[in-house]
Amino acid sequence: MLPTIREIADSLRRKETQPSEWMAQSLAAVRERDGAIGAFLTLDADGAVERARRLDGQPQTNPMFGVPFALKDNICTEGLRTTAASRILESYIPPYSATAGQRLADAGAVLIGKTNLDEFAMGSSTENSAFQKTRNPYHSDAVPGGSSGGSAAAVAAGLVPFALGSDTGGSIRQPAAFCGVVGLKPTYGRVSRYGLIAFGSSLDQIGPLTRTVEDAALVLQAIAGHDPNDSTSAPQPVDDWMAALERGVRGLRIGVVRTGEEEGVHPGVQAAVDAALRTLEGAGAEIVEVALPHAQYAVASYYLVAPAEASANLARFDGVRYGRRVVGETLTDMYERSRSEGFGLEVKRRIMIGTYILSEGYYDAYYKRAQQMRTLIRQDYEAAFERCDVVVTPTAPTPAFRFGEKSDPLQMYLTDLFTIPANLAGLPGLSVPCGMVDGLPVGIQFVGRAFDEATLLQIGHAYEQERGFPMPTPEVAGQ
Amino acid sequence: MSTQSVSTSAPLFETVIGLEVHVELKTETKIFCGCKTTFGSPPNTNVCPVCLGLPGALPVLNRRAVELAVKAAMALGCHINQDCKFDRKNYFYPDLPKGYQISQYDRPIGEHGHLEIEVGGERRRIGITRVHLEEDAGKSSHAADGTHTLVDYNRTGVPLIEIVSEPDIRSPEEARLYLEGIRAVMQYCDVSDCRMEEGSLRCDANISLRPFGQTAFGQKIELKNMNSFRNVQKALEFEVERQTAMLQRGEAVEQETRRFDEATQTTVLMRTKEEAHDYRYFPDPDLVPLAIDDAWLGQLRAELPELPATKRRRYVEELGLPPYDAGVLTSDPALAHYFEAVVAAGADAKQASNWVMGDLLAYLNNRGRSVADAPLAPEHLAALIGEVARDTISSKQAREVFQISCETGTDPQTVIRERGMAQISDADALLPVIDQVIAENPKSVSDYLGGKQKAIGALVGQVMKATQGKANPGMVNRLIAERIAAASES
Ligand SMILES: [Zn+2]
Repeated sequence: MLPTIREIADSLRRKETQPSEWMAQSLAAVRERDGAIGAFLTLDADGAVERARRLDGQPQTNPMFGVPFALKDNICTEGLRTTAASRILESYIPPYSATAGQRLADAGAVLIGKTNLDEFAMGSSTENSAFQKTRNPYHSDAVPGGSSGGSAAAVAAGLVPFALGSDTGGSIRQPAAFCGVVGLKPTYGRVSRYGLIAFGSSLDQIGPLTRTVEDAALVLQAIAGHDPNDSTSAPQPVDDWMAALERGVRGLRIGVVRTGEEEGVHPGVQAAVDAALRTLEGAGAEIVEVALPHAQYAVASYYLVAPAEASANLARFDGVRYGRRVVGETLTDMYERSRSEGFGLEVKRRIMIGTYILSEGYYDAYYKRAQQMRTLIRQDYEAAFERCDVVVTPTAPTPAFRFGEKSDPLQMYLTDLFTIPANLAGLPGLSVPCGMVDGLPVGIQFVGRAFDEATLLQIGHAYEQERGFPMPTPEVAGQ
Repeated sequence: MSTQSVSTSAPLFETVIGLEVHVELKTETKIFCGCKTTFGSPPNTNVCPVCLGLPGALPVLNRRAVELAVKAAMALGCHINQDCKFDRKNYFYPDLPKGYQISQYDRPIGEHGHLEIEVGGERRRIGITRVHLEEDAGKSSHAADGTHTLVDYNRTGVPLIEIVSEPDIRSPEEARLYLEGIRAVMQYCDVSDCRMEEGSLRCDANISLRPFGQTAFGQKIELKNMNSFRNVQKALEFEVERQTAMLQRGEAVEQETRRFDEATQTTVLMRTKEEAHDYRYFPDPDLVPLAIDDAWLGQLRAELPELPATKRRRYVEELGLPPYDAGVLTSDPALAHYFEAVVAAGADAKQASNWVMGDLLAYLNNRGRSVADAPLAPEHLAALIGEVARDTISSKQAREVFQISCETGTDPQTVIRERGMAQISDADALLPVIDQVIAENPKSVSDYLGGKQKAIGALVGQVMKATQGKANPGMVNRLIAERIAAASES
């Protein structure tokens, strides 16, 4: 099992090890254990070894230097196949790299490969990948969550110290909770989306999956900040998140949204979250109750906005310039065949829903109202933040479910009911492991004010220190 | 010819035309990426992940495109929406790499403008519904055998404005005049080259007919593929005739899209209403709303030049030009600029107008050249006009000097000097010659004195011959008469 970013960075700083050694260890772990997990779609072993070797003996410039990592396969990498887990991009090799991945590479982190996901990030279990199943490292019959299931599983199984994922409705936080790792969805605009294959452009955000909150802060430090190539990336200055970590929770007000069986919350999950709240209270935080009255409309609103945007975002996959082309009798025939064969069922479902929603005469009833609901949800949070500094819920209502268990798409959609509101409101959300239920990890979610990742990391880190029990290492990860 | 039958018979129906004009903006780079907008580069060389619509690429708005669009909209008298936004217009076509075009739907950059045109000496005001900013698509070339299509994405993402007129245009001729007016405004503001042959100005037309007096519009036909102003007029004229005939036969005009066929000079059916698109517009989440603050707007307004309508009025009112001259001279900012420079260099305005509209334009048109490549500097033309005014040369000689100067690049005054073309208008120089001719031609003198006025012509001819034609003939005539009179009195 690979250690954390912090441990690797300390070792490199003390010159006890070289980047090549960590890369060798990471690749060995992938070769040894990924057969059982299926986290990686593409491994760039030769390139990674070469890049790490070039860093050997060089001065360490920052904590990312020489640290192996993985990228969700919807984040473009120059010269390295990027598929979004879709047949339509099965052999697509981008000519440019996404800003977030490039910033890590510039800092000296070494990419080893690309991880599995639900096709075009549409899903909550990674079962919608066109290529392979990814198993939960804690239980081979359980899903890793999704859509960043490959990234979460790779970190949980100790194949890499960290990976990047993308989160449109919970796709970083929910798999982080299912796999017992830390997942951070930054504020919308905090991390550049340039080079992230778009799903719901007004919701998508790239963020880290790590083993500790401190590591999440380190990764965020490297990838955050304005990007001239992304008009929606914010000009806000990048904070010193490492400094924020040590502030403790004394005096912080934690807003709790009451949840229960109505939301389908598993009693074990509720108990773990309640225990975490008591821990935080014991450390000096104040617990207040808050309400998000419009959150009950979040899932419905999300499934209008996200498919509508997706229906346009995925129009470019038409077989004309790149990706899969199936020859047809006519132009329309070529479009229909390429897209019919190239896209999976869930992707087609969302394209059709989105196309319908935007149709003449339906726009006002659906898309516009959903956007209005986003405003109401944002206002709910603003009201809550008058009384507290973060809002807490379970990350997901249940621990990881079994493969095939959520065959009804609506049941699958409801697994994201606690994570979706933060995307609709553009707010940062952090999932931290808070216990085990039936042998599977459970996460607690903190949602903060816009651009206040500092407070989330501060609370998350304090909780980790106070948790009082270690999260058990999955068997598959070895020692 | 089709146009004849329409123009000779009194029209039975009122023609209603609205035009949609696409104008490419003159920016260095594309609207949402840094690629060059150069026309005529090898296919697919001015492209990048953004304008090719590669997965993950995002648009970043070029502020220069906004500036040019705002200027164009202001010059057309539009209200500027200082908080506008961009929308996605969704449709599939190989030349549209993203499967949607970034355009503006319900908040265009400009609205409620107008353009004044002059039709048969009468001023007409054509309303402009909206001016919006959008990206151009690529260019498809279809193989003749129908097996494949090649697409060039160099043009993809070149900034365009679409100028939509109100259905205020009442004849094909007005449509052409409106287009000329739009082109003049765009060129004055320096926002576009408006070269129809390079596609930097494109025009679609909507045309319907209705009985005079009826307020409701008739069924409209959309016309496409008209690649010159003349063809726009021709296509519309053909449609007026076609629809008139249909209505006279009692047939209903169906909504459809037709294209102009240059070979047959007719319009042919492209598609009917059933195939109409639902573009599923929605705000582009990749772009933030565009805010044009007062300071920016004020700066752009200050940069606006004198527009053709104002200039036309000034030429008539201040320079005393006939309206026709003012219209021709202001139709092209380069021409107006040239004319003004000739006047500024001291030439009489009407003389300058005659030369610019006459010999200069004829010279340029014969050679297919633009005013920018005028072979004679404005101050040199002014000097030439000055020499005629001072009687140094005759008007006839001046046109010869003009041609020589244009062809050799030598300035007119040098041409006059080197070729000894200056007229001798100096009495002291002419008198010895005149006295000699009088002395040598007593017969002509006596004829003249005997009442034969014409006899003086022979004497003038002798003087011209003796001076190799350089003598100022008017002056010679007067001086001979004076000398003979003086001699006969003494
Ligand atoms: Zn480009």
